[in-house]
Amino acid sequence: MPPQIYPTPFDALFDVFDGAVILVGGFGHVGHPHNLVRALRDRGVKNLTIVANNIGLGDSLDLLAETGQIKKFIGSFPVRASRERMTHFERLFREGLAEVEITPQGTMVERIRAAGAGIAAFYTPVGVGTVVEQGKEKRVFNGREYILETALHGDFALIKAYKADKLGNLVYRRTARNFNPVMATAARVTIAEVEEVVEPGELDPEAIVTPGIYVDRLVICPRDYNDPAIFQTWD
Amino acid sequence: MTQLSSRPGISRELMAVRAARELRPGMYVNLGIGLPTLVSNFIDPGVILQAENGMLGYGPLAEGPERDPDLINAGGQYVTMLPGACFFHSADSFAMIRGGHIDVCILGALQVSEKGDLANWMVPERGIGSIGGAMDLVTGARRVVALMEHRDRQGRPKILRECTYPLTGRRVVKLVITDLAVIEVTPDGMVLREVAPGWTPEEVQAVTEPRLIVPPDCREMAF
Repeated sequence: MPPQIYPTPFDALFDVFDGAVILVGGFGHVGHPHNLVRALRDRGVKNLTIVANNIGLGDSLDLLAETGQIKKFIGSFPVRASRERMTHFERLFREGLAEVEITPQGTMVERIRAAGAGIAAFYTPVGVGTVVEQGKEKRVFNGREYILETALHGDFALIKAYKADKLGNLVYRRTARNFNPVMATAARVTIAEVEEVVEPGELDPEAIVTPGIYVDRLVICPRDYNDPAIFQTWD
Repeated sequence: MTQLSSRPGISRELMAVRAARELRPGMYVNLGIGLPTLVSNFIDPGVILQAENGMLGYGPLAEGPERDPDLINAGGQYVTMLPGACFFHSADSFAMIRGGHIDVCILGALQVSEKGDLANWMVPERGIGSIGGAMDLVTGARRVVALMEHRDRQGRPKILRECTYPLTGRRVVKLVITDLAVIEVTPDGMVLREVAPGWTPEEVQAVTEPRLIVPPDCREMAF
């Protein structure tokens, strides 16, 4: 079914619930659905498991740590490299109020890809001989060790795309693509924050990255160049 | 012999210049966060840079109005696009990395062991760290170069017999470039290839934990 267009990010999240597993796109602040994440904060839902590359690295996810809405973070970059600026999330973690499942970035996105593609698990050489292998099945193929990693599904995926058409086909801009097209495939409900929605046929079919079959809801959030989230440095 | 623990080596810029000499036109190269990002200032324009956030062919850093809000490298720096640049999503990016398509990866390091083990994601005292793409890169890149200060802030060696910090990968580093030396990791042990100007092999050994093999052709670093 073609996606429904919601008037606000808050409306688009009408059925989000306590304890949900939520995939959130973005690499740092780029390609991150800042407006949907702010609306998630405003919804006040609790005990969330957030799956994202990073938290508190220019993204808006640390807002959910500030309010204590996060129970668990699964990702590759849970804390900033520097200890100088401690995030709300690192404080929650230190106080034992939130847990972290750390995963290599490529393993994380492959787990999400697998979920969207109907693959239950896969063997990867990444993490062999490190803490990442702990508690996981190991197997040797052609003389090399691999560890078993399982698919990672979401209840919701919150993603950011550049433009959509009314059938939910999405295009991205430059490095704002990152995790978004993969996460769009792996959740029960995928909600895309886009800058513009055009008529079917207006997007070049060869340039569509996310086919509309993966997109359930759209919300239009024009880029606000006065929003400090647009340009940031991670120092 | 005194004060070797704090005697300065070459600058960070010269370290980057030396690291850039490992790269040849046509190579696909990934540069890690921190010191390795400096290397991009000194590379041959024919080297093709991959950023794991989904780009091949990024150019020099972008300044001021040239910055595009959707165009960063994996260190969060605003960069420019070179002609022929392309974009892809993170699963494709890491398939490229894990699948052995990256020729060289240059990464920062907290510790490197004699066998080429790398620790670069977590200081145990902090209780938490960030892996990012480092484990994928050291597993998949054909050649891994560690670019690092030779000693920590207390002057202690960072090149050790065994790493004491949590590992990023086992037996992955092939070459170590520091402010004092260029060291190759070989099946026979660590071979001291080059020393910084003003340093002797004996002095470098004094601030390095494992025994270094010093071949007759060990020479001074050239830039």
